[in-house]
Amino acid sequence: MDALLALTVGVLVSGAVYLMLSRHLVRFLFGLILLSNAANLVIFASGRTTLALPPLVPDGLEAPAVTVANALPQALILTAIVIGFGLLAFAMVLAYRAYQSLGTVDTDAMRVAEPDVNGAGEAAEEPAPARSEAA
Amino acid sequence: MTGPAASEAPAGHGSGTTALRWLAPVLPLALFLALLTLLPAITGGQTVRVAWSWVPSLDVQLSFYVDGLSLLFALLITGIGTFIFLYAGTYLHGHPRLARFYLYLTLFMASMLGLVLADNLITLFVFWELTTVSSYLLIGFDCEKAEARRNALQALLVTGIGGLAMLAGFILLGTAAGSFELSEINADGAAIREHALYLPILALVLAGAFTKSAQFPFHFWLPNAMAAPTPVSAYLHSATMVKAGIYLMARVHPTLGGTDWWMWTLLLFGAVTAVWASLMAVRQTDLKLMLAHTTVMALGTLTMFLGAEVKIGIAAAVTFILVHSLYKASMFLVVGIIDHETGTREVDRLGGLRKAMPITFLAAAAAGFSMAGFPPFLGFIGKELKYEGALAITHAPVFMTAAALAANALMVAVAATVVFRPFLGQRTETPRAAHEAPWSMWIGPAVLATLGLVFGMAPGIVGVRLVEPTVEAILYRPEDVSLKLWHGINLPLMLSVLTVLLGLAAFRWRKPLAGGLNWLVRVLPTTGDRAYDATLAGMMAFATWQSGVLQNGRQRRYLLVVVATFVLAVGGTLVVFDGVAWPTNWSVPLYAWGVLALILAGTAGTILTRSRLGAVTALGAVGTGSAVLFLMYGAPDVAMTQLMVETLVVVIVALVLPHLPGLASRGHSGRFGRWRDCVVAIGAGTVVALLVLAVTTVPLDRDLTTFFEQASVPEAFGRNIVNVILVDFRAIDTFGEVAVVAIAGLASYALVKSARRRRGAK
Repeated sequence: MDALLALTVGVLVSGAVYLMLSRHLVRFLFGLILLSNAANLVIFASGRTTLALPPLVPDGLEAPAVTVANALPQALILTAIVIGFGLLAFAMVLAYRAYQSLGTVDTDAMRVAEPDVNGAGEAAEEPAPARSEAA
Repeated sequence: MTGPAASEAPAGHGSGTTALRWLAPVLPLALFLALLTLLPAITGGQTVRVAWSWVPSLDVQLSFYVDGLSLLFALLITGIGTFIFLYAGTYLHGHPRLARFYLYLTLFMASMLGLVLADNLITLFVFWELTTVSSYLLIGFDCEKAEARRNALQALLVTGIGGLAMLAGFILLGTAAGSFELSEINADGAAIREHALYLPILALVLAGAFTKSAQFPFHFWLPNAMAAPTPVSAYLHSATMVKAGIYLMARVHPTLGGTDWWMWTLLLFGAVTAVWASLMAVRQTDLKLMLAHTTVMALGTLTMFLGAEVKIGIAAAVTFILVHSLYKASMFLVVGIIDHETGTREVDRLGGLRKAMPITFLAAAAAGFSMAGFPPFLGFIGKELKYEGALAITHAPVFMTAAALAANALMVAVAATVVFRPFLGQRTETPRAAHEAPWSMWIGPAVLATLGLVFGMAPGIVGVRLVEPTVEAILYRPEDVSLKLWHGINLPLMLSVLTVLLGLAAFRWRKPLAGGLNWLVRVLPTTGDRAYDATLAGMMAFATWQSGVLQNGRQRRYLLVVVATFVLAVGGTLVVFDGVAWPTNWSVPLYAWGVLALILAGTAGTILTRSRLGAVTALGAVGTGSAVLFLMYGAPDVAMTQLMVETLVVVIVALVLPHLPGLASRGHSGRFGRWRDCVVAIGAGTVVALLVLAVTTVPLDRDLTTFFEQASVPEAFGRNIVNVILVDFRAIDTFGEVAVVAIAGLASYALVKSARRRRGAK
């Protein structure tokens, strides 16, 4: 069981990292989505997985009578999914907004905070506008 | 330097600073008197030890120990400190930061006292570093001067690095000995000397001592430390800071001393330091710099003699500690007076001051005679002991005697320069009209120099009472030490006469000698100071270069560095510590392989597609695949949430993507960049997969889960355990999570709205 999950996580992380190493902001965001999926599965796997019953207490009992799936990692993943969604939604809008302001989705050209001191490099082709965007 | 008192506006003339001037010296005086009450007991062969538990979990005690050695240093620190505190009040009179100065000085004195009285190695280290930090503040006191800041930093770095080496040595020593209390370690020194770690311990501890006590090749920071106000220099050079290294070597002598390694290391470093520093002293024209170099010479001599195992060698070192502290403090304070009263300390611009400053002149003369080693001053006894000790060291009597002779002769020349040149001869024009200093300034040098005379005439006062218990503490065995002024006509006396003759010759021909030495320094390939600058510049250049490589301002470079570091560090750890666990159980239902295939296809699709719609579909496939996995393994709640969120994600991505450029470019830099990114990505995936496998081989601690299963119904009245955890046991966390989502929503709304407004304004 664990082998399958490990394999899945490995595939997801490889794909996520490859996408995030792109300088195309949209592909970076795709990588982020894959990575948060992978992270959820890592938490899941660390709680051990078996083809077990869901963690429910049957009527009339004080505690589960048989072995049920580990409830703790499930609770953590639920939190992680929601937080990951919040992060992604904000990142998507930020990317959209950055494109509006800078006119590019090339992260190499997004250098307002850290200008290329040597004046060389690919970033020089497309100078970032220096307008203040505090609305 | 122009005396600070004259150049500063009288901003600090408030009654507060005036009271401070007279109150501050009371503290060291009271401490001195309190310590003096311990003297009879220590002379009687007793020791005093007090201890408090400090960090019991690490077996660190705040423990203090008084024996002859620590008492000698403690008396010097507080006794000379009293005069320094008194002197500084007048020297820096009206200085706007006088109160701060006293704070630093008091902190420094307290650290020094803690250092020499500490019994626990860790306690000693803490006080050791406190002296480093407080001396940094004192040396850089004139912080508006770039030179003072630079030299303070230099002292901090050189002694700080040495201090860290020393800490490593202490930890090895404490582990090897099974105790961190010096009194216990010294009781069984032989065990350490035969220990396998003896040499590393010795090297590390000596690294601390040599940097602190300015031994060659770390000698350069000490003359630079004179950027401090003169009272500070007098204090640092005579009784405190630089003597800390000497103290440490004396303190660990019963444990680390007595081997050939110890003897030869101290002998060679000490001799080279002593001779080189005394040569450097002769070529100076600034009186204060000249004295600073003689301090290095004295430290070299002390190191050399602490290498000895024979009683007479150690007695020579201990007596010289006392002699040097007395005359060096006097000399520095005298130079401070000259500087303060005339406005210069350039030896060529001074002359004939004896009439204007008779008391200062007498103090300088007495200190100078002690420094040059004339009878009946204590310096003479010290010098005789040095020759006697050098001749008694059977390993290298000729070498040691020659080194001592050269250093002593040059000392005579320096003493003559400092005493004769400013005070005798024709009166010269000085920037300020010279007159005698106030009593609070001359009292220090006068008393200390007089003590040099009194102790010389009646050596019994200090011999049995102080020198003997110190020698016993260093050698860790009972000894009989008696200081005598007259030893009869013997070889040491002959050497003394030779010393004076050579010294006067060096004084007579100091100009050509200084010229030759100046030439030598110019042609040397490097000096300590230049090497320090080059090291610092090299480190800066390296930092600039590596920041440029690692943090070049491009987001994907940062990520590449982070991920590659993760792969190498975590993967390396897994391999090195044998954490790689290959799965043995591949028996998975067929449909599970189907889910894996779905996720794999989704991932590949996201990477390969150039169509935005294709990417959205592929991402949806991955999310759905995960949801199915959750469902398979007994997590229907998670699966449900995952499906819902996945739907939302797809909606948002589909909403935003049309407003962004297409996926025509993959955004990897060329063929090489693509392969590099590929390797790093697969590496990261492999390491994470191995990590998951490694984690799942460790037995699981189900305590928490069991608690939730047991408590869910009776305590929270819920049958869905996952839900109960979220809304009951971890309700605050869930509330925080809701807040995060709300903030993300608000922020997204604000971003979108600001974009609309801008477009509207266009």
